[in-house]
Amino acid sequence: MDFLNAIVAFANFVLVPATSYGAQLALGALGVTLIYGILRFSNFAHGDTMAFGAMVTILVTWWFQSMGINFGVLPTALLALPFGIIATIGLLLFTDRVVYRFYRRQKAAPVIYVIVSLGVMFIMNGVVRFIIGPNDQKFADGVRFIISARDFKTMTGLSEGLAIKASTGITIVTAIIVVAALFWFLNRTRTGKSMRAFSDNEDLALLSGINPERVVMITWIIVAALTTIAGVLYGLDKSFKPFTYFQLLLPIFAAAIVGGLGNPLGAIAGGFVIAFSEVTVTYAFKKVLKYLLPENLEPTGLVQLLSTDYKFAVSFAILIIVLLFRPTGLFKGKTI
Amino acid sequence: MKKLLMATAASALVMGAAAQAEDIKLGIIVGFTGPIESLTPSMADAAELAMKEVTDSGLLLGGSTVTSVRGDSTCIDSGAATAVAERQITSDGVKGIVGADCSGVTGAILSNVALPNGIVMISPSATSPALSTVEDNGLFFRTAPSDARQGVVMTEVLMEQGINEVAVTYTNNDYGKGLADAFEAAFVAAGGSVTINAAHEDGKADYSAEVGALASAGGDRLVVAGYIDQGGSGIVRAALDSGAFDTFHFPDGMISSALEANFGSEVDGSTGQHPGTDSEGASAFTDMVAGAFDTSSPFTPESYDAAALIMLAMQAAGSSDSADYKNKVMDVANAPGELILPGELGKALKILADGGEIDYVGATAVELIGGGESAGNYRQIKVEGGKIETVKYR
Repeated sequence: MDFLNAIVAFANFVLVPATSYGAQLALGALGVTLIYGILRFSNFAHGDTMAFGAMVTILVTWWFQSMGINFGVLPTALLALPFGIIATIGLLLFTDRVVYRFYRRQKAAPVIYVIVSLGVMFIMNGVVRFIIGPNDQKFADGVRFIISARDFKTMTGLSEGLAIKASTGITIVTAIIVVAALFWFLNRTRTGKSMRAFSDNEDLALLSGINPERVVMITWIIVAALTTIAGVLYGLDKSFKPFTYFQLLLPIFAAAIVGGLGNPLGAIAGGFVIAFSEVTVTYAFKKVLKYLLPENLEPTGLVQLLSTDYKFAVSFAILIIVLLFRPTGLFKGKTI
Repeated sequence: MKKLLMATAASALVMGAAAQAEDIKLGIIVGFTGPIESLTPSMADAAELAMKEVTDSGLLLGGSTVTSVRGDSTCIDSGAATAVAERQITSDGVKGIVGADCSGVTGAILSNVALPNGIVMISPSATSPALSTVEDNGLFFRTAPSDARQGVVMTEVLMEQGINEVAVTYTNNDYGKGLADAFEAAFVAAGGSVTINAAHEDGKADYSAEVGALASAGGDRLVVAGYIDQGGSGIVRAALDSGAFDTFHFPDGMISSALEANFGSEVDGSTGQHPGTDSEGASAFTDMVAGAFDTSSPFTPESYDAAALIMLAMQAAGSSDSADYKNKVMDVANAPGELILPGELGKALKILADGGEIDYVGATAVELIGGGESAGNYRQIKVEGGKIETVKYR
């Protein structure tokens, strides 16, 4: 019984939160890695693109809710998601047309692109705050829990509860579907193959008749879908506040680099590595150990490696270690 | 020579008369944006109500009027708060400041702006124990009690319910840290144990890691010394979602109508307290406001009293200059003298003008002790059926 309690406590406070956080980071990192692989720059505006997509989805969700449309037990935001994706596609293609295309034609150095994307980030940042404001917004509806801690306790008779939020379940299922669809697209379709060819060797791809503008456009469309989905899932699971999306940029980049920039599989692995280390290193294991160890060995302290204030520090420590010892990332990506 | 003396005397008289009826500006610096933004509108309204009452009476310093200058302290950004105070003093020419609200920005304004410029500050809501001992040249007062006192009251509330083991989380600033430390000291001294005393940062989307650590440490109840419009709500939400804690104890920064709106009956059985009193003054204040704003909102009556004290001290000193009236604040607030309730500011001004003495009671039974802070009365609350109910006053 004690052993089960320990497992449940661990699952409740480490496994479940880290898995959903990891899935959200992975979706974000996939977008970063695609842009890096195909357009060849680090897109700092990524976090705020997520905020923009989530914002449009929230506005449409509110509109649906005011008309009484809902999605039964699932959140209405999932119905509004396509509208958010379309708006984000529009925004990204517009930015590409008025900003990035100019620098692409100039064959600008990557560092110039980075600074340009920083500027784009500040503008998007402002646009989102201007439209929806800087505060927390609530838009989640539908059933809140797949299983709540109290129900779990009465069902199993254990003294520890396990809570799985509906948003966690949706996050994981959606992430799996999206990743599967993306890999199918990249590996099986003609367009996907042309994108990979373009990423591997630009000149060779141009010689074999691949239209670069088309590849760029499709990349932005996919990135728009990924960012909006990641942004909405994060907002559903946690809360929507423009500033937190800006902060998300750091762990997302850490995930993409740890996994290997330009490598989609690496982005997913990196997302989970970062999420799990952030959560495990800052978790206080006192409760789990109390169940596992005999009474005389019970810890008196919290058995916490790092205080939760240092969550971000964990992702950076991993980032630095990976860059020092394996600059291409865990999976073979490109060096920065 | 004689003529010159006469002329000087005459002009001095004219100037004296001019100083008699002036337009006195008072600054109100509270966090209209930021982590306690749902509390501040009624605080500012209450302070302005006192100013209007005094202006309407026409008795302050020979018919002076009082107008307010509102400023946003942001509650957390000391730079922004000191800039606002600097502007109010140098450009608007305020003669005193009602504020600031949160302990951190209050300390910053006091040491960087009020002290160098010699302007009196009366804070309605800064409760950090550190402000009791800060260097203030007699310029700083507060109508809110120090959290050293709140820590003792919290301990009594929890101990009476038989709760001996709690986890504490506090917002990582002067207010949160001061309150959490004061509470831990009082609680341990009373024989209780604090399993963990951990900080949380405001403005994050996700508090599951923080709650994980709190849950691991365990305890009968979680004490959330945070802000309702900020991380405090996030912590409570994450604790409820993960089933880590069912009941909470809320100090003053967490108690507002937003608490009912955010959690409703989910936090049934939780307890809390905030500065407040059921004295005669409190009901007089509620009657006087007549529903224009919420008088049971934390620190709203304190704001009325803070503004009233500044103006009464001016009257007692016969001057709107901070250097003159700072020594009178304690005199008008405490015995001896005639008791003054809210709505009786006109009467108080008259007594002072006639050379009498007053003992300002106000909406919160003001009694300034020590370095000029309220002795402290608290309203103990519990959450029942999704509503905040008053248990009793301490």
